[in-house]
Amino acid sequence: MYTSLQPIPQRHWWRLGIGTDEKIWIAVAYTWCLVMLFWMIGWLFLGNQNQIGHSYRVTIDGFANKMDQMVDKYQLKDASGNPMAEGSNDIPVVQVPPGGNMYIAAHQFAWPIIPVLEVGKTYVFHLSSQDMDHGFSLLPIVLNLQLIPGYDYILHLTPNRTGVYRLVCNEFCGLGHHLMTGKLYVIDTAHGVVLDGKGGVKGGEIGGAI
Amino acid sequence: MATSTIMSATALKNPQEFITCPDTGLHLNKSVIPLSKANMFTAAVYLLAGGILGLGVALTRWPAVHLLPSEWFYIALTGHGAAVLLFWVHFFEVGIAYFFCTTPINARLVTPKLAWFSYFLMLIGSAMATITVLTGHATVMFSSYPPLMANQFFYLGVILFAVGALIPMFIILATLMRAKSDGTYKGSMPLATFGCLVYAIIAVFTWVMGAVILIPTWLWSMGLIAHIDPQMYRLVFWALGHSTQQMNIVLHITIWYTLAAVLFGARPLSEKVSRTAFVLYLFALQFGSVHHLLSDPGTSAAWRTFNTSYAAYLAVLGSLMHGLTVPGSMELAQRRRGLTHGLFEWLRKAPWDNPVFSGFFLSLVLFGFLGGITGVTMSNQQINMIVHNTIYVTGHFHTTVATGTTLAFFAFSYWFVPILTRRKLAFPLLAKWSTYLFGLGMGTFGVFFMAAGHLGVPRRDWDITFADAALPFDFSATVHMLIGIAEIGACVGGVGALFYLLNMFGTFLGSKSKVLAKGAVPPLAEPAGLVYARAHGGSEPHHTGGLEVPGSLVLAFTLLTFLIIYYFAQFKYLSTIWGIH
Repeated sequence: MYTSLQPIPQRHWWRLGIGTDEKIWIAVAYTWCLVMLFWMIGWLFLGNQNQIGHSYRVTIDGFANKMDQMVDKYQLKDASGNPMAEGSNDIPVVQVPPGGNMYIAAHQFAWPIIPVLEVGKTYVFHLSSQDMDHGFSLLPIVLNLQLIPGYDYILHLTPNRTGVYRLVCNEFCGLGHHLMTGKLYVIDTAHGVVLDGKGGVKGGEIGGAI
Repeated sequence: MATSTIMSATALKNPQEFITCPDTGLHLNKSVIPLSKANMFTAAVYLLAGGILGLGVALTRWPAVHLLPSEWFYIALTGHGAAVLLFWVHFFEVGIAYFFCTTPINARLVTPKLAWFSYFLMLIGSAMATITVLTGHATVMFSSYPPLMANQFFYLGVILFAVGALIPMFIILATLMRAKSDGTYKGSMPLATFGCLVYAIIAVFTWVMGAVILIPTWLWSMGLIAHIDPQMYRLVFWALGHSTQQMNIVLHITIWYTLAAVLFGARPLSEKVSRTAFVLYLFALQFGSVHHLLSDPGTSAAWRTFNTSYAAYLAVLGSLMHGLTVPGSMELAQRRRGLTHGLFEWLRKAPWDNPVFSGFFLSLVLFGFLGGITGVTMSNQQINMIVHNTIYVTGHFHTTVATGTTLAFFAFSYWFVPILTRRKLAFPLLAKWSTYLFGLGMGTFGVFFMAAGHLGVPRRDWDITFADAALPFDFSATVHMLIGIAEIGACVGGVGALFYLLNMFGTFLGSKSKVLAKGAVPPLAEPAGLVYARAHGGSEPHHTGGLEVPGSLVLAFTLLTFLIIYYFAQFKYLSTIWGIH
């Protein structure tokens, strides 16, 4: 004869039984909780999308040098033999061989490279930052990863659709945060899907494009 | 009233230290009344400030309006986060926690002077941080991730606020211990007070973590420390940043149980289950902070799995238990009062035009169906990478903090502020509308933001048309429409919040002539068990063996069904994106 706002007169409430409704619900609810737990663990082993990867502490300059060396070696050339770049700030277009290391050292307020990947091939992405935290958000698939200065976040990425992808920064990185857009190409040379030299891809069936 | 006799059945130890509410029979400690008033009034001021800044954010993010210039947008966004997520909720919580730890157990607050000191610390700290943000010296967002650096007075302000908010927790714990040793109540403490106890313990952890991370950051901003590791900061910061939300949850669930008691004379279905659910929170809820780091470098699979599952989903179990037992306690009480027809007569015949009830029940439903389902799903370690830092996150936490916590606070205020001030609500008609406008407005906002987040819209972004970017591109017309609808929802919610604030300021600041000796609030509902016993003779049965709350069970299973479908739908989408290892 009391409410939730009043002391419980008897001290033996702990020994009182639990009603049928609550018993049913607790059993079902915790069963579902265990399903979620084992599904999550199972996905670690059987699923194709797990963003654990490996991480190393790195120096900001050392990591940026790795990216610069990669750009020197793998920046694509256009039809007239000039280094290929896009955007008002000449972002280099870079294609590393399948299985190779793709370094992205983001900085305020631009993505430093435009990666070119072959569909179905696996690349070792190294994600880090030269200044603030940044957010690697790959559209339209909406894959989001956190970039942190001083940390090399290493993930094996395997694109499954050709086309032009967009990058936006989705971690606030300063007053120019909304300027930080980028791009990524997925091509399929074996089936004739290649860069068209005008900011897009051509040939074959193109998926994933915005 | 019968309730008044029950509440005063236990003789007060020091009657001169209490004022007995003539309407409800509740004994209010004289030193608590001004403290609760000051904290709750300050909370309302910060809700007003945060609401105005939030409206500025909403009207800027809506591409068709795009009100503020970029620098002001980011200032307003930082200010909005600090004002509502820290200052509004925590001033309010301290104000009502003083009530929960005293009145239900006839206790007096042990050290009112220290409570006033902590109030002024919170006030000075929050004002310092707010001014630093509004003058453009701390445009670092609520999360203030280094290496972004704010002016030292921002960190100092938040530290003072955190210390000011920590002290009341020790006052609450001491008050409970003193009441126990003085024997101010017989039997075990009420569920409402138990919820407050769990809240205070979680709060101690939370604010201590705040000091642990913000003091070094403050020293760093003054140049006394060379480097703050950005990943370490994220880890410890969220032990503050997310745990403050766990405090909100514990206290708004306490409010749900309390309002069911106030309105219907409800008791928990079983004390054992409801209290165990709170204890599960105590031991498992804090691990959940880690879901802010699931798409970050630096942590292992085992660490992520243990923490993001809140230690094998024990805290989620706690929430699901409350999900049945909160509406269940109301349903049982209504059935004891004779509303036994069908599954939902108890709900249909509830006082839907009373904002105390509508705020409570909308908050329960919206928090569970919107905030709860999306929260459990997005904090799965793999699903996280398809929503992390998109505007989905913004949508999600508005369905927890706005349509859950804040709406419950509205409902509680409409009951409690008239008791504190002995004035009727200044604008009852606006109060009646406010809960619906705020709940449905912010609910719409949350849902449409989550939809836009699934299409990739980033959070904390001034211009989603990226007009000035080096590689311009724009989202589709669908995205623009989703954001537009969401912001209309935000404006509707803003009107609801304005109606609430008019009531608060009108009631707190009303003229002395409006103070009532009696009749400011309706009496407390009689314990439903008493009503039943009188009607049927004999006493209320403990359990009948059959189903006692079938309507609530249907609601709970509906929630679970939505959760299961939503969870696997997310995985279905996840399985279609690139391989990531």
